[in-house]
Amino acid sequence: MMRFMLLFSRQGRLRLQKWFTAISEREKKKIIREMTTMVLARPPRTCNFLRWKDLKIVYKRYASLYFCLGVEDEENELLALEIIHRYVELLDKYFGNVCELDIIFNFEKAYFILDEFLMGGEIQETSKQIVNRAIESSDMLQEPAPL
Amino acid sequence: MPAPIRLRELIRTIRTARTQAEEREMIQKECAAIRSSFREEDNTYRCRNVAKLLYMHMLGYPAHFGQLECLKLIASQKFTDKRIGYLGAMLLLDERQDVHLLMTNCIKNDLNHSTQYVQGLALCTLGCMGSSEMCRDLAGEVEKLLKTSNSYLRKKAALCAVHVIRKVPELMEMFLPATKNLLSEKNHGVLHTSVVLLTEMCERSPDMLSHFRKLVPQLVRILKNLIMSGYSPEHDVSGISDPFLQVRILRLLRILGKNDDDSSEAMNDILAQVATNTETSKNVGNAILYETVLTIMDIKSESGLRVLAINILGRFLLNNDKNIRYVALTSLLKTVQTDHNAVQRHRSTIVDCLKDLDVSIKRRAMELSFALVNGNNIRGMMKELLYFLDSCDPDFKADCASGVFLAAEKYAPSKRWHIDTIMRVLTTAGSYVRDDSVPNLIQLITNSVEMHAYTVQRLYKALLDDISQQPLVQVASWCIGEYGDLLVSGQCEEEEPIQVTEDEVLDVLEGLLVSNLSTPVTRGYSLTAIMKLSTRFSSVNRIKKVVSIYGSSIDVELQQRAVEYNALFKKYDHMRPALLERMPIMEKSASNGPTEIVQTNGEAEPSAVESKHPPPVTQPTNQVRTILNTVFIGIPPMTAYSKNGLKIDFTFERANPNPNIAVITIHATNSTEAEMTDFVFQAAVPKTFQLQLLSPSSNVVPALNQGTVTQVIRVLNQQKQQLRMRIKLTYTHKGSAVQDLAEVNNFPPQSWQ
Repeated sequence: MMRFMLLFSRQGRLRLQKWFTAISEREKKKIIREMTTMVLARPPRTCNFLRWKDLKIVYKRYASLYFCLGVEDEENELLALEIIHRYVELLDKYFGNVCELDIIFNFEKAYFILDEFLMGGEIQETSKQIVNRAIESSDMLQEPAPL
Repeated sequence: MPAPIRLRELIRTIRTARTQAEEREMIQKECAAIRSSFREEDNTYRCRNVAKLLYMHMLGYPAHFGQLECLKLIASQKFTDKRIGYLGAMLLLDERQDVHLLMTNCIKNDLNHSTQYVQGLALCTLGCMGSSEMCRDLAGEVEKLLKTSNSYLRKKAALCAVHVIRKVPELMEMFLPATKNLLSEKNHGVLHTSVVLLTEMCERSPDMLSHFRKLVPQLVRILKNLIMSGYSPEHDVSGISDPFLQVRILRLLRILGKNDDDSSEAMNDILAQVATNTETSKNVGNAILYETVLTIMDIKSESGLRVLAINILGRFLLNNDKNIRYVALTSLLKTVQTDHNAVQRHRSTIVDCLKDLDVSIKRRAMELSFALVNGNNIRGMMKELLYFLDSCDPDFKADCASGVFLAAEKYAPSKRWHIDTIMRVLTTAGSYVRDDSVPNLIQLITNSVEMHAYTVQRLYKALLDDISQQPLVQVASWCIGEYGDLLVSGQCEEEEPIQVTEDEVLDVLEGLLVSNLSTPVTRGYSLTAIMKLSTRFSSVNRIKKVVSIYGSSIDVELQQRAVEYNALFKKYDHMRPALLERMPIMEKSASNGPTEIVQTNGEAEPSAVESKHPPPVTQPTNQVRTILNTVFIGIPPMTAYSKNGLKIDFTFERANPNPNIAVITIHATNSTEAEMTDFVFQAAVPKTFQLQLLSPSSNVVPALNQGTVTQVIRVLNQQKQQLRMRIKLTYTHKGSAVQDLAEVNNFPPQSWQ
């Protein structure tokens, strides 16, 4: 299973954090710090995989954002890259040519999309269209402009 | 009271802050406003306030005062409230807070809501952060939803069930009936999550595993349809249909096929098909191939399939994509033990990866290269690995050096090659070798008797070039101390002997003593080496002078050595030659740590004399070394003595480097009801033999055969005469002292022939 997914900028500012196991606030902060340090220190053109404690860390940079997945040992790293890519595609379809600002200003929507794609550290839905439709339908249920 | 500031407005404002302090001020102001809004129980804007709180939480600021508000939002009827409330619960609440249990009832109601998106929210929250208590309470609801025909809810219920099982494994049984027709679904989302659920159950319970083996044909069929079916726009990724589902099925097949011949056979064809037909131009195809290879290697596949798998990995190694090379090396490392020959075929590609720029790939390639070294390829492989050692990053050097030493020891084609290899490592990566390499190397050099002159010459020359690498300097000093006489007499056969005088050698050693580059340990080595040369060189006066100078050294260790060596010169000069004699061949054995090696000749005496300084500490552990030299060659054990309840058995080994040395281990047992304390075993042999007695394991022989005292005797029998021994036993038994003398004549002929 996946243990966590983090999104952070090149300056190390956190844009999204999804945790799939119950850990303390302090532990979360520690992991975020270590992930940002480790990933940002990687030279360009190195492979996208790292080992950290007993986990595999799979990361990929899209424009100004780093997507970082911490997965357990049996997970397929190459597929983890596809998972990250699929999430980026979902965001792109929803926001239309997504950029970091979209995720900053609409972080709650980024979470909603993620929660239709993954759950409990596993993939929930493999069809892009179904995920998109679910989000659109949910959006329509929302009361007008509450936030 | 004006409406609270909107979420996007707040985000915009906070982003204008130019300093951390400014940001903190804004956040604090807004938090205060939010708190008072919460206090007023404002229902309209609760959602907005919690959303803002979540944003501030992501920036790293405390937000715990919003936890209860999330619960209120969840209980609201408005969809937006629920959406933000559940998100807040997942971000701010976890099972550590008692508060979280208050969610249970809300979730239960929402699981039965009329709107599927509300049900979805509840399932998602439960499936992400539900505690064990919540899972216990709500498992029934989840199980109900697992049987629904609504695929949107069914897939979520499946993953929720996975979470429940992870939290409360005992509940696994209750989901079993619902799994009956999960795989008949057409919907990919349900299929995928069902496979995840089945996988979780099989991993946790061997009974479930056997139960679900019957699903193998169905899984094979689903996989086949995915591969054979034409283009499906809904699930297509770069021309491959639903790679996520394919990988998950392959993983489940792996678990089901492991250790089961029938299942493995049933999946053989589909695995071959996937392995040969999957498009490899993009990462997604390679992800599937990777999973296929892992499955093939783990189940009982036929050899043709295994070779196919290894060849795929070999092709991966040639791929331009670094990720794929990395993954290939990791997999090959896992399979190198079981499919060694197949992996050997890709050795040259693996060795090429040592030159890769990527650090992770280099490391994997190095580990794999060491695993592939054998007697046939040692020369070629070592050349590559030594070249790698020269140029690699410092982080690698220690591991690489250790690997080289290990490989060289196992497969060295000749002693000369072995010593040359060690020299190469010491001169290129000398400061990175591990501390225990120094005693190991010294042992190796001692045992290569015919190479002594060559070794000391090469080490001397290396010292002339560079005295900064401590392990090299330490080994070199030790060698010069031992074999300095060979050095000055120019006896080297293997290469052109160098002309060097005693004074030049002493200059070098004294140089080490004064150099800032030398550590205290190194200084100790060189002082001892200088001392040893007093019996090998003629310039004794010079040595006496040096030694006496260091008698007042600030370094306590050096001072002690110097003082004791001084004493040797003054009061015990008659013992000096014997004490500083050449070291005997050392044994690499599993037995006890370094002990005082007491040289006895004729009668055995307890050691009152100061022992020579053996090379420092750490006995090579069994993990690092294979037991090479002590070969048990089948000499039958014998009972040497049996009287008054004390029995002494002898067991035999032969020390490999010198066939004239017999190693005897005595085993003393006591069958009486009282223990024997102060037990001392002494032995004497005729004049034509030499005997060494090592320290006993203890001097208490426990009563009633509850333990054994062991002690090692080494007998040098150069004239191959029949072995005889006189033994003397002293011990205290039931308060009185006992002493006995005995002759041992019944040595089996193989022990001395």
